[in-house]
Amino acid sequence: MTETVERLSTAPVPVGPVRRSDSPLAVVRRWWRLLTSMRTALVLLFLLAVAAVPGSLLPQRSLNQSKVSAYFAEHPDLAPVLDRFRMFDVFSSPWFAAIYLLLFVSLIGCIVPRTRLHFRATRQPPPPVPSRLDRLPQAASFERDLSPAAVADAATTVLRRGRWRVVRRRIGDTVEVSAEKGYLREIGNLAFHSALVALLAGLAFGKLNGYEGSILVEEGSGFCNSFQQYDTYRNGPFAEAGDLTPLCADLERFSVDYEDNLTPARFLAELTYTRELGGPASAYPLEVNSPLRTDGIRLYLTGHGFSPRFTITYPDGSQFTDISVPFIPEEQSTLASTGALKLPDRPGAGAGDTQLAIEGFFVPTAASMGDSRLISVDPRPRNPAVAIVVYEGSIGLDSGAAQNVFRLDQRQIERGVLERVDAGNLLVGQSLELPDGTEIRFEGYRQWVALQLSHDPGQLTVLIASAVMLLGLVCSLVVRRRRVWLRCRPADPGAGDEAASRTVVDVGGLARADSGGFSSDFAALVKQFSNHRAGKD
Amino acid sequence: MAVNDSLAALSDSAFTASIVAYSVGVVGFAGEYAFGGRGRIARTSREQTAAGGVGTETVTPVDSGAGQRLGYLGLACTVLGAALQVLSLAFRGIASERVPWGNMFEFASAAVLVTVLSFLWLVWQAPRLRHIGVFVLIPVVFILVYAGLILYADAEPLVAALRSYWLVIHVATVIIASGVFFLSFVLTVLYLLRQRYDRSVAEGGSMPRAIARLGPRLPPAAILDRLSYRTVAFGFPIFTFAVIAGAIWAEAAWGRFWGWDPKETWALIAWLVYACYLHARATAGWKGVKAARINLLGFFAMTFNFLIINMVVAGLHSYSGLT
Repeated sequence: MTETVERLSTAPVPVGPVRRSDSPLAVVRRWWRLLTSMRTALVLLFLLAVAAVPGSLLPQRSLNQSKVSAYFAEHPDLAPVLDRFRMFDVFSSPWFAAIYLLLFVSLIGCIVPRTRLHFRATRQPPPPVPSRLDRLPQAASFERDLSPAAVADAATTVLRRGRWRVVRRRIGDTVEVSAEKGYLREIGNLAFHSALVALLAGLAFGKLNGYEGSILVEEGSGFCNSFQQYDTYRNGPFAEAGDLTPLCADLERFSVDYEDNLTPARFLAELTYTRELGGPASAYPLEVNSPLRTDGIRLYLTGHGFSPRFTITYPDGSQFTDISVPFIPEEQSTLASTGALKLPDRPGAGAGDTQLAIEGFFVPTAASMGDSRLISVDPRPRNPAVAIVVYEGSIGLDSGAAQNVFRLDQRQIERGVLERVDAGNLLVGQSLELPDGTEIRFEGYRQWVALQLSHDPGQLTVLIASAVMLLGLVCSLVVRRRRVWLRCRPADPGAGDEAASRTVVDVGGLARADSGGFSSDFAALVKQFSNHRAGKD
Repeated sequence: MAVNDSLAALSDSAFTASIVAYSVGVVGFAGEYAFGGRGRIARTSREQTAAGGVGTETVTPVDSGAGQRLGYLGLACTVLGAALQVLSLAFRGIASERVPWGNMFEFASAAVLVTVLSFLWLVWQAPRLRHIGVFVLIPVVFILVYAGLILYADAEPLVAALRSYWLVIHVATVIIASGVFFLSFVLTVLYLLRQRYDRSVAEGGSMPRAIARLGPRLPPAAILDRLSYRTVAFGFPIFTFAVIAGAIWAEAAWGRFWGWDPKETWALIAWLVYACYLHARATAGWKGVKAARINLLGFFAMTFNFLIINMVVAGLHSYSGLT
C-alpha cells in the first residue's frame, strides 16, 4: 500500500472489480459494499446535514407547540402538506431516522473490517525494504566508516528512541532496517467512529428510558415526583410512569437579584426537598446553571413569574379568601404578565348559577394608575398592580374540551354565554365592586417558579463517548503514519574484515497519511543516521 | 456591578483604530501583491516555494524594493490592528467585569481577531505567503465595519443564564473554531481562483480578467489546498470540543444536553459539513475542487448559524445583544 493521501475515511481500501453475479447472496453483498463505501457514507453524511435544515427553520412540535399552531393558522394550505412529510417533527420522523440509521450501519460496516485489518497490521512487523529506495517520495544516501551492522545498530537506536517500531533483516552482507510509526492514527480514527456509534446508542437508551416533567410551583407550596402532578410530562416507552424516583420539593422563597440596568444577575429558588415521604428534609439553593442532582434525577429552575392574589366576597357574604393564579410573563424585561382566574362554583351555588371569571394583566411596578392602561416599568415588585376584566356566565369548564389555564375560552365570550360585567385597575389592597355587589380585592402577589425534573440514564454514556470521540479525533488528525527504510551494504563487497569496512547507506521514507512536514523530519533523521555512534546512547 | 463607561469608550476607540490599521494593512498588502513579484529573484523563489511546499522548508523572503517594503507595512499594520483589537476586547471585559464575548458584536470581533492571528502565524511559518494578506484583511475590515455598525451592543453585564464558567470555555472555543474556519474559507476561495486560473492556462481558454490578473500571483493550488485542509484539521477538533462543551452547559442550564434548538441544529449541520470535507479529501473523485466547495459550504453553515439563527430564528441562544 503506497497511498500518500490523507486518509480519514473508515472505508476499506477498494478491492479489484467485483464479478457480477445474480445470486441473491451476491446481490446482498453488492448492496452491502455499496452501502459501506466511502462515497455512500459521504452522501449520507451530507444528506443528514441537509435533512436537519427544515427542522431548524420550521417550528417544531417538540420545541414549541404553539408556534406550530400559529404556522398552521398562517399557512392553512401549506402546513398540512408539510405535516404529511413530518416537517414539524423532523428529528423524530422516519425519514430522518432512516438517514442516520443507514449512516450508522455504513459506519459499522466500515469500522469492523478496518479494526480487524489494523489489529493484524499492528501485529505484523514493518514491511521489508523496497528494492528501489530512490523511487520513494523521500530518499537519501550517505556513506559511513562503519560496518553495515554497526550502521544499522546506530540507526535502530535512533529510531527506537523516536518510538519507531523497528525490524532488522540480514541478507548476505547487507543489513536492512524497516521502521514504522503512527499506528495511533488509525486507532484514533477507529476510536472516533466507534465512539460515535456508542454516542448514538447512549442517546437512544436515554430517550427510551428517560422522562421529563415540568410544573409551576408557587412560594409556600411544592410538588412530588409523580407524573400526575406535572403540567407537562413526557416519557420514553420503557420508562415506568408509576415507578419514578421518589422526591418531594417545596419552594420556600424565590428571589431575583438585578444589576443597576435591570439585567437579572441571579435567580435563586430556595428549596427544601425530601427523598422519601416523611424522610429528612434538606435545603438546596436552586439556581440557573446549577440544577439539583440527586440519585439520577435532576431538578432545574426554568422560569419564574408572579401569581396575583385575590379575595372575592359575594353579596351573601361567602368568600374565596386569598386565591392566587400564576400569570405568564409577556415581556421578560418588565415581567408584565397576563393570566386568567377561573372561579369554581361558589360555596352553596346551584348548577345553573353564573360563574365568575377574571382576565388580568399584572405589572410588578406600575407607572401610572387610574383608568389609563397599566404600564410596567420594572421587573421588581415595587408597586404591583393589576388590571382586571370581570366576566360572568358559563366559563365552559364542564364542556369537556381542554382549556388553556392562562386564558379564558374566547368562544364562550363570542357565544355570549360569558359576559363582561366590569373592569378596573387595582393596587394592592384596592377592590372592585361589581354591579351585583360582589367585591374583588387585590391582595398582592406570590412568586412562582417553573421547575423541570429530568431523568436520562444515557447521559453518562454519551459524555464518555464524546470524550473518546474527541480524543480519537485528535489522534487521527495529529498522529502521522510513516515508514522509513535503510539498506546498509558494504561499499566494497567481499573485502575481508567486516569491522573495518565502509558502508553505503540508502534511506527511503514514506508518509502513509498526511505528508505534512515529513521532508524536514526525514532530513533530520538521515542526519542522525549518519552521525549517531552506537553505544553513545 | 456598574459598567465602567470611560473604559468602554476607550474600548470602542481601540476597535475603530484597529479597523483603520487593518485598512492601511490592506493597502500595504495590495501594494506588495501588485509590485512584489516582478523581480527575477522573486519569481524564482516563488517557484522554489511551489516545489518545496509550505511549512516544510524555510523560505527566505527575497522580494526587494517597493513591493517588499509595502508588504512589511501591511504586516506591521496587521500586527498593530490585532494588538488594538486585543486592547479593545480587554477594555470591554474590564469595563463590564466579564469575558468580552457576551454578544454578537464581541463574538464577531474576537473571531476576526483569531483569523488575523492565525494568518500571522501562517506568515510566521511561511513568509512567502505574506502577500495573500490582502485577501484576508479585506473581508476582515468588512466584517469589523459590519460588526461595528449593525451588531454593536453596549458593554453591559451578562444575564444570569450566561454567568457560568462554561461561557468562557464554550464560547471561546466556538470563537477560535470560527476564526480558524474563516481563514480556511479565504484560503479555499484563493485555491478555487488559482485552480480556475491553472485550468484556463492549461486549456488555453479565456478567463475572466480578474482571474487573469490575480491568478499568477497566488500561491500554487496544491499549497492553498493543503493549507485550507490543515486549518480545518486544526479547527475541527476545537469545534467538536466546543459543541461538546455546549452540550454539557446545556445539560446544566436547560435540562438536556441536546434539544434540537436551532443553534444546536446548525452547529451539527456545520460539523457534519466539515466532516464531509475531511472525508471528501480522502475519497477518490471528491478531492480538489469538489472538496473545496464543501469547505465553502461549511463556512456558510457557520455564518448562517451566527447571523440568521441569532437575528431571525428565535431560540434559546438569543443573546445577540441586539434590540
